[in-house]
Amino acid sequence: MKPIISVEDLGKKYQIKHKDNCGGERSLREELLHLPKRLFSKKESAEEFWALENASFDIMPGDRIGIIGRNGAGKSTLLKLLSRITEPSAGKITMRGRVASLLEVGTGFHPELTGRENIFLNGAILGMSRNEIRAKFDEIVDFAGVEMFLDTPVKRYSSGMYVRLAFAVAAHLEPEILIVDEVLAVGDAEFQKKCLGKMEGVSKDQGRTILFVSHNMGAVQQLCDRALLLENGTVSIDGSVASAVSKYMAEDCSTGTIKRFSRSPAEPYFTEARIMANGKNIVHNNVFVGDSVRFCFAVTVDSEVEEKLPFNMELSIANEAGVVLSYFDATVNGQELSMQNRTAEVLCDVERLPLMSGDYTLTASVGAIGVSSQVTLEFKVISKAYAKNGGIAEHHQNGLYINHDWMLVDRA
Amino acid sequence: MVSEKIMSIELTIEAGKTERQYWKDLWNYKELFFILTWRDIVVQYKQTVVGILWVVLRPLLSMLAFTFVFSNVAKLPAEGDAPYVLMVYSAMLPWQLFATALTNTSTALILNANLVSKVYFPRLLVPASTVGAAVVDFMLSMVILAGIMVCYQYVPPAHVLAIIPLSILTSLLALGPGLFFCSLTVIYRDFRYVLPFITQFGLYVSPVGYSSSIVPEKWQTLFMCNPVVGVIDGFRWALLGTVEFPGKQLAISVVFATVFLAIGLKVFRNTEKTFADVI
Repeated sequence: MKPIISVEDLGKKYQIKHKDNCGGERSLREELLHLPKRLFSKKESAEEFWALENASFDIMPGDRIGIIGRNGAGKSTLLKLLSRITEPSAGKITMRGRVASLLEVGTGFHPELTGRENIFLNGAILGMSRNEIRAKFDEIVDFAGVEMFLDTPVKRYSSGMYVRLAFAVAAHLEPEILIVDEVLAVGDAEFQKKCLGKMEGVSKDQGRTILFVSHNMGAVQQLCDRALLLENGTVSIDGSVASAVSKYMAEDCSTGTIKRFSRSPAEPYFTEARIMANGKNIVHNNVFVGDSVRFCFAVTVDSEVEEKLPFNMELSIANEAGVVLSYFDATVNGQELSMQNRTAEVLCDVERLPLMSGDYTLTASVGAIGVSSQVTLEFKVISKAYAKNGGIAEHHQNGLYINHDWMLVDRA
Repeated sequence: MVSEKIMSIELTIEAGKTERQYWKDLWNYKELFFILTWRDIVVQYKQTVVGILWVVLRPLLSMLAFTFVFSNVAKLPAEGDAPYVLMVYSAMLPWQLFATALTNTSTALILNANLVSKVYFPRLLVPASTVGAAVVDFMLSMVILAGIMVCYQYVPPAHVLAIIPLSILTSLLALGPGLFFCSLTVIYRDFRYVLPFITQFGLYVSPVGYSSSIVPEKWQTLFMCNPVVGVIDGFRWALLGTVEFPGKQLAISVVFATVFLAIGLKVFRNTEKTFADVI
């Protein structure tokens, strides 16, 4: 069987202009001002940047491919090339069959038009013929659940209704190849499940090919049977979902954002920060409620250390709202930190991290005299129920975790 | 399962080799052209009280103002035996078609940026559908013209049907520069401020409120270089029969339309590849 999509040495190049506006639009005035400079200087100030390079892969009919990677890895560029929104700078794509791309929910929806009118407009934009839309109209309205508001302009819709209607139109497309980008990022957990279910159905029952881009590993694992991992514009893994996801998660452990306030060679500064849980490196900076956590910091000082260099380190943990929940340094326990060499690893163990599920920020500061360097690290505490839920969405509870255990005593 | 027939539709996207596919796609997406035109028309007058009536009210009101200023205040002569009102209105129609199509086309792509950056279709459909919407407006105003003619009991000459090719010529005359400005506006937003000025200026150097015959002899050659003069005089010839067939002026219009359409298409196609990246 021939592949439905075959990509050979695909590449997309962008020009980055220095000192210019970052965006593409320029004003004529700027262009005219720079004209003499451009005429006489041979070197353009533009730098080439390959957002995607040497990508080659084949996709067979009926494949469900997950495309994963960090922001800026080239996922969106690949999707834009496959959906023909932009033209490649190198290489070749061969496609067999009709392609529909959903890079956004409700592409082309016009706020002034009614729900009914938008179904036709959006359908046509996504490549459906009027007859096709007419045939599926009732089904679309039913899926979206907006019968009552069909003749209301969509600008008066609630955001939930808007998204449901938009996804409903897209879900009833019947292309051979469906390209989906993060549309599931919108809507509540229940609607997300419905969308995933619909896509799975379209693929399994009708043998359609799906390319799905997401940061949600749970959704990728549920839907896809193959995955491409993109890193810095190249395809680094093309294989099973499990292998791609585990590599992505292992590398996705952020090492924190480091700031340096003092350039004094005698002041220590951070070079790395990471979190371990139950003695292991964590994936995706996720820890479970009640895990024993170790915060690890690599610290360096530029000048030679004679004998020892005492320094202090402070930690603070803040919740999503930025409220600091705890703030402490080494002296609280009467401990003293000092460097023996130019580099050191500072470990801080917290037995049973007392935080409920939610997003938190750890800020650590280090310094010998004042504060010379700071690192912030975001992490997520998740409950054990989250893993069972397919990793879709969780109600954030926040707050402090009180060590506890549930028991049920039958009273006969 | 995917049928064999569908698998035989093969599409190759290769760096720098997309020209042939493009014109095929333009045909395949013709339905989208009608939908976008329809959208432009419907959206224009949403949430207005008189709605689609504005289409005819606008030229009607400008006609009254022009008639008042040029005929009653400036005391300019009418052409032949046609009432001044009719003379102005028959010129106002092609002018409005031209000006609306040109201004709207130039901003068409940036107003549809969300489409351009999110979904594929031949981008030419966007400016084309804007011209389409202007043509529909024009046809509605035409009905009003018929009404006015009935009121004045003015019988048009036998060659009245010549307005069909003339309308097509007017649309093409606007489409060429429209495409040119449309692609430039994506990169340089300056043009959206330049165009209203051009159309405003154009209104006075074109014989909308007055007759071409009052232009002094020594200025006639320069005057005729304005490509809109040809179509306007053409409309007056076809609808009122008060002027001679403006052969020379129309030839200028045709040359202009062809040259600008070629340039416009070329520029548009060359910049189209990067629209999604810079818009």
